[in-house]
Amino acid sequence: MKQKTLERLSPLIVLAATLLLWELIVRILSIPEYIFPSPSEISLQFGEFREPLLQAAWKTLWVTMLGFGVSIVVGVLLGFLIGSSRMAYTALYPLMVAFNAVPKAAVVPILVVWFGIGLGPGILTAFLISFFPITVNIATGLATMEPELEDVLRVLGARRWDVLMKVGLPRSMPYFYGSLKIAITLAFVGTVLAEMTAGDSGIGYLMQTAGSQQRMSLAFAGLVTIGVMAMVMYEIFSWIEKRTTAWAHRGSQSA
Amino acid sequence: MAFVDFRNVWLAYNEELLAQGNFAVEDISLQVEEGEFIAIVGPSGCGKSTFMKLTTGLKMPSKGTIQIGGEPVTGPLKISGMAFQAPSLLPWRSTVNNVLLPLEIVEPYRSQFREKRAEYEDRARRLLQSVGLGGYEDKYPWELSGGMQQRASICRALIHEPKMLLLDEPFGALDAFTREELWCTLRDLHAAQKFNVILVTHDLRESVFLADKVYCMSRSPGRFVVSREINLPRPRDLEITYTPEFTDIVHELRGHIGAMRKSGNSLPQ
Repeated sequence: MKQKTLERLSPLIVLAATLLLWELIVRILSIPEYIFPSPSEISLQFGEFREPLLQAAWKTLWVTMLGFGVSIVVGVLLGFLIGSSRMAYTALYPLMVAFNAVPKAAVVPILVVWFGIGLGPGILTAFLISFFPITVNIATGLATMEPELEDVLRVLGARRWDVLMKVGLPRSMPYFYGSLKIAITLAFVGTVLAEMTAGDSGIGYLMQTAGSQQRMSLAFAGLVTIGVMAMVMYEIFSWIEKRTTAWAHRGSQSA
Repeated sequence: MAFVDFRNVWLAYNEELLAQGNFAVEDISLQVEEGEFIAIVGPSGCGKSTFMKLTTGLKMPSKGTIQIGGEPVTGPLKISGMAFQAPSLLPWRSTVNNVLLPLEIVEPYRSQFREKRAEYEDRARRLLQSVGLGGYEDKYPWELSGGMQQRASICRALIHEPKMLLLDEPFGALDAFTREELWCTLRDLHAAQKFNVILVTHDLRESVFLADKVYCMSRSPGRFVVSREINLPRPRDLEITYTPEFTDIVHELRGHIGAMRKSGNSLPQ
């Protein structure tokens, strides 16, 4: 088999091998379903509980997207502010790091008190957990702008704003799109977390309910659904990254 | 009246160095007429780039005055174009969009940019074609060779029709053949548009081939120690660089620089 084909098929091969191993372990050791379901048992759930799973998945998806949208807007604005001004950087950074270190699971109950059960905590947790990487990456992109590129504009008498908009921001785009890949997976974490603790719908809520009813395979099915959704979103943003910042990836190994 | 007028200019990089009497360049006096092509040659670290920064207004002199076009210099000039040793083209813009960049920044082009975009783009394309980059206008900088990028960088420095072109060792990173090609390109652009050129280089042959006058700068702290008019007739062909007359001039200048490097001091004026 050609090297390139082998490389392309390798993740599928690994996935198939893992599933097979999983199935064998469960069967050979006769692990009961309510402790650790096998892939075959999980896939049965997708047949039986198709409707609920799809509905829950859809709910989780658009709540995450909303929170993610907010975190992009806030992340970019904040990152721009921090990256463009040394003063803002020194002033705001420690606070932000402290804020980011707080486990968001601890914040959810507070959000429930403020916004009630349901949509509010979901969107907000997704936002709070995912805006930080975006901010940091944009700020880094701006702060590390090469002086040579800046000189080209300064010699023409360009103002600071010109330099930031024409050189700083475009130059930071690779960092930005890279951070989106991380942020989207974090946003999913945030939403599911909120749904589990204080939700009334969505995959997190479904998993919580299934777990309390000892329906382990359904809970796992929920898990798989989230995994698939997060992976698909990651791939979408990875594709967007390659399309828009082709100039930055020109040196790396060709796809 | 000279177009560029430096009178007894000294520069120390900061307050501390100024207090210590530690200057980067000392007692620079220089007059450049309109349309004149001058070259500044000197060893590494002698202050050539500092001189450039003074000329473009990126740095203010500690002592002495600088006037350009009769006006004292107070900040970055819009009437000058500059090209550095590294082409520094923005990799996310195509070549033609890179060349258009100054028109997006400098008035009066900036405010008319939207209306006159087609006209400006046409100008950029013609400029690129005149330096031999026809067909490459829509390519991205990384798709061009080093010499081509440098040519695009020079176009970018000329798009806003500056009266003065400042070149800071622009051909330093190129191979000898490309370098000779670009000498000719620059010579032709200068002949056609008659802007001032101040070329900083450490290639003596380059300076004698291109310039009307060559200044030699001593090692740091930089002073002008020698200036020589080059009276070779224009237009100059590359062949001229192999004539005895040419080699004599280069040899003479080489002698001055050699003496500077040996003694480590500047020669008496």
